[in-house]
Amino acid sequence: MSEIPGDLKFLKSHEWARLEDNGTVTVGISDHAQSALGDLVYVELPSVGDTIEAGNGAAVVESVKAASDVYAPISGTVIAVNEALSDKPETINQDAYGEGWMFVLKPSDTSQLDELLTPDDYAEQLDNE
Amino acid sequence: MRMAEVYTVARLLKNSVAFCFPPSRPGKAIAAHEMFGLVSPVFKADRNSTMLKKTPLHAAHLAANAKMVDFGGWDMPLNYGSQLEEHHLVRRGAGMFDVSHMTVVDLRGERVRAFLSELLANDVSKLKVSGKALYSCMLTEQGGVIDDLIVYFQDEQFFRMVVNAATRDKDMDWLARHATRFGVTLTERRDLAMIAVQGPDARGLVAGLLSADARPRVEKLGKFVGTEADGLFVARTGYTGEDGFEIMVPEGRAIEFWNQLLAAGVKPAGLGARDTLRLEAGMNLYGQDMDETVSPFEAALAWTVALEPDTRQFIGRDALVRQKAEGIPREMIGIVLDDKGVMRHGQKVLTSAGDGEVLSGTFSPTLGKSIALARVPAGAGDTLQVDIRGKAVPVRRVKFPFVRDGKPQPGI
Repeated sequence: MSEIPGDLKFLKSHEWARLEDNGTVTVGISDHAQSALGDLVYVELPSVGDTIEAGNGAAVVESVKAASDVYAPISGTVIAVNEALSDKPETINQDAYGEGWMFVLKPSDTSQLDELLTPDDYAEQLDNE
Repeated sequence: MRMAEVYTVARLLKNSVAFCFPPSRPGKAIAAHEMFGLVSPVFKADRNSTMLKKTPLHAAHLAANAKMVDFGGWDMPLNYGSQLEEHHLVRRGAGMFDVSHMTVVDLRGERVRAFLSELLANDVSKLKVSGKALYSCMLTEQGGVIDDLIVYFQDEQFFRMVVNAATRDKDMDWLARHATRFGVTLTERRDLAMIAVQGPDARGLVAGLLSADARPRVEKLGKFVGTEADGLFVARTGYTGEDGFEIMVPEGRAIEFWNQLLAAGVKPAGLGARDTLRLEAGMNLYGQDMDETVSPFEAALAWTVALEPDTRQFIGRDALVRQKAEGIPREMIGIVLDDKGVMRHGQKVLTSAGDGEVLSGTFSPTLGKSIALARVPAGAGDTLQVDIRGKAVPVRRVKFPFVRDGKPQPGI
């Protein structure tokens, strides 16, 4: 298991969110999730301008094994998506917390981040599985 | 996130070979109830890996850091890192699979040929030369597929059969039930491990490990023929659409032989790659593409049914003859999705003749798009759609195999 960066927050369902200095929030899936999914072959991203709600499906990742919905950790408006994933979905396998980011939100309520798991809580959840 | 289409509970409950992937063992991956939307009674049970059966190569998989999964009660390697890389390795060079979970049964007796002649839908009278293999279905009286298998002719008192792992119990029961009448004895060969070495370089790499005496015999082996070599049984068969060997190894030598192959440059490949390779090669998987509710005619296996000579009264024959006369209600076809997305087992196929079903669907690493085998009503035509996660997506009907000897087939 690779190290979980300390500045991330998690959903139990393995999405991560990072509050950036400029107030936006970057979203991806955890290293643990990519490992369980296996080689990714397609990524379906939201469109810039979409409004998404916390807990709703915002993207889909598809591996050789299965298709999986990616839930939005918080509500907001999509301001950027990682287009590079269309050609290189395996980037998520290689660097789930870095180059494998999926989309960026302008949050409607930053306090929603407080309801997410800390890296320690998330790591503990993984240990208990 | 939520795994939407990982495996189908209904199919698992039928106790068939489920070639979908349960999550890895606790401690290695994500708990089923969190990430995988379905809760299957089969996998909900305490998945204690000590309860699973282990092949003689189990330690080698762990040493290679394989991701292990419960496959029909066996603790087997899903991949050793990347399923895609392992797939390409077999198409471009060579890879090896532990297939020791499969069931090897030796059949002996004066009337063993007569027994198989009655038991199998294909005709063992085609087997004339020692070592020659035949692929066949074993059918119920109703013409449903009990299992698909390979039988090797050794001599007139001795044939060797390889059947699937997950169907082991019912196959052995069925064989035993009919063997008595013919005085045939059955010996399950759990003492043999089996390693499939597959890919364009596979034969050369295996031959290089053999003695000067055995090597020429193995190099000269024709397709679908096996021979004894240095205490191994080496057969030019496989489940990948590539050239190569399936090799039976005494269990005590299994790790040593595996390590020799490793040293010769053959890398291990897991069940994940095995599934994408066999599907590209258009090969059926029992329990997924056919079962006892399906006749060989409805599973694209008509070529394995020998209705001639009509004097050979094999089990299921009458039902097949009847089905042929009345019209075969469903057929198995190949389909390709040219757009993004991956077809999966259980998805609905929409046709003008009614709904069909995706049997085996995957992302084809060689083609870079999704391929599937589907069963559709007869006369379904060429205008087809697959319901992928609620969206009706147009797909193309194609002939299969999709890939043969490393190359995409014309029109795919």
